[in-house]
Amino acid sequence: MKAHFESIAIPSGALLVSLLLFGVFIGIAGANPFEVFASIYRGAFGSWFAWQDTLVRAAPLMLTALCTALPARAGLIVIGGEGAMVAGGFSAALTGIALNGTFPPFIVITCMMFVAMLTGSLWIGAVGALRHYRGVNETISSLLLNYIAIALLNFFVVGMLKDPETLNKPSTYPIGDANMLGAMGSSSIHWGLGIGIIICIALWFLMRRTTFGFGMDVAGGNVRAAQLTGLPVGRLIVMACALGGAAAGLAGMIEVAAVHGRANTSLNAGYGYAGILVAFLARHNPLAIIPVAILLGGIRASGGLLQRAHDLPDATTLVMQGIIFVVILASEALYGRLPWLQPKAQPA
Amino acid sequence: MSHEEIGLFGILFAVLGGAIRVGTPFLFVSLGECLTERSGRINLGLEGNLVMGAMLAYGISYLSGSPWLGVAAAAGAGAMLGLLHALLCQQPRVNDIAVGIALMLFGTGLAFFWGKPFIQPSAPHLPSLSLGAWSDSPALRSALEINVLFIAGIVLAPLLAWFFRNARWGLNVRCAGESTEAALAMGLNVNMIRLLATMAGGALAGVGGSFLSLYYPGSWNEGLSSGQGLMAVALVIFARWDPVKCVYASLLFGGAAALGPALQSAGITWGYYLFNAAPYVLTLAIMIATSSAKRRLPGLPGVFSNLK
Repeated sequence: MKAHFESIAIPSGALLVSLLLFGVFIGIAGANPFEVFASIYRGAFGSWFAWQDTLVRAAPLMLTALCTALPARAGLIVIGGEGAMVAGGFSAALTGIALNGTFPPFIVITCMMFVAMLTGSLWIGAVGALRHYRGVNETISSLLLNYIAIALLNFFVVGMLKDPETLNKPSTYPIGDANMLGAMGSSSIHWGLGIGIIICIALWFLMRRTTFGFGMDVAGGNVRAAQLTGLPVGRLIVMACALGGAAAGLAGMIEVAAVHGRANTSLNAGYGYAGILVAFLARHNPLAIIPVAILLGGIRASGGLLQRAHDLPDATTLVMQGIIFVVILASEALYGRLPWLQPKAQPA
Repeated sequence: MSHEEIGLFGILFAVLGGAIRVGTPFLFVSLGECLTERSGRINLGLEGNLVMGAMLAYGISYLSGSPWLGVAAAAGAGAMLGLLHALLCQQPRVNDIAVGIALMLFGTGLAFFWGKPFIQPSAPHLPSLSLGAWSDSPALRSALEINVLFIAGIVLAPLLAWFFRNARWGLNVRCAGESTEAALAMGLNVNMIRLLATMAGGALAGVGGSFLSLYYPGSWNEGLSSGQGLMAVALVIFARWDPVKCVYASLLFGGAAALGPALQSAGITWGYYLFNAAPYVLTLAIMIATSSAKRRLPGLPGVFSNLK
């Protein structure tokens, strides 16, 4: 029980320290830190309206975070969530455009999900395969694939697939209003949140309660040991990457089918990179990703209010995320070093 | 001379000039990353240094009227971010790649935060040398309009190679990069070596950023960098951890990135965005072709051998 306590106490403490540092930064920048914190709270969780904005932003973050968290359990640092999200969203939009009107919405939406997950899993699965079978550094290759995905999206969206009616922001043709993911109940929160939470829970179960997840942890902890025990290390690594990629691809599909209705450059709005932060904050635990994504979604949602109420640049939330990320990583050094957080030695 | 002929040479010169102009920031970040990695640490956060350097160089140049003061400030800011990276990474269990990603977020966030007032005004630029004055072709003349920072970069590369090969400090850096244990046994302060190498590398990345805002494209805005700092790590792998090869790699990348705009200026607009992907596809293809699951990459510092 106390080991669990340590893995909650240290990130929480780090979060407090980073908020303190952020407060000092805000104070130096000439704003009142307490009022700014109050505004962040109001903009993120202060009203039902704010909650809805926060939760809508949290949904893609949960899924892109999985794209870093699952490979991380198998020992790989993958930062390709952005590219997988773009590739997934774009392929989902193509599917939606192609099937629009010929099939009932239920089938179109299912096909879009399936195609987005398939694209995402191939996208990041390739990263894992290149790493294991060819020795290509996964961090760099996934980063390069981000740029390639964005360039491909731009190429098609500005070129042959452009809807001539979208002048200011070149986009593909719409997938059709009937094929949109609706809102949950009477809220303005789309079903993407529900999907995100379900997938996080399902993958937590897979990682923590099955032999597959255990094998992945072993491979991530010590490749030699995993090979000696006869685990199919290559397959585990590729599967971890493919599952993560599928999640990020689904995030792209949700952005297309629940928010924009078409594919455009809003797909690379930075959810992929913010997902890396969420994954590290959650220490690559799929269940912890849910609250962390909501927290980060809230911070991002409050950016507009900070601009209006305090005349702070919209990059303020970026600075805050940067400080949180740095402090959380630094806090990794504290595990096992704080005596009052250690479990008591069991009597033999 | 017919219009088409000028078009073809125009493309060639535009790619050449673009290779130098677009390649200069690549050159500085790759030299910086090369130095850092040779000491045994990877700094993935040079994008933060680059953007921070670009913003600060522009701001200082605007406020003081001296672009060189701007370059110095950019180098200083880059060194500070490098210092932060080094101090975090020498803690136990802190992953240097993750710290790089965090500092990239932190550096770009700070740059955007403080850079807001500098988006509008125009700051004095860095001077350039007209090496093409002998030619009467305007395309060639504009291609050979060479910035002094580029010249500083190509002078620095062989100096750095000499430093690694012949200087005592350079050998110490390489020793720390080859084997932590051996360096400790020699009585070297490995953490200090890596700290200084990361700071110097970060400063170089900051200078690369100052080129972006003070010469080409030559203004400060939030979309200034298109990931040049992130590409540093890939470039260094491409250049096999050899500073002189970093020059070739940067020029090749600059040329690949200049291909789309050059074709566009010659009237070929098809596939402009596809050519944007050229440098990334090129790097990925080269990494796939040269990597191996079994042996170590030639030139790879020894401490990375477990991570390939």
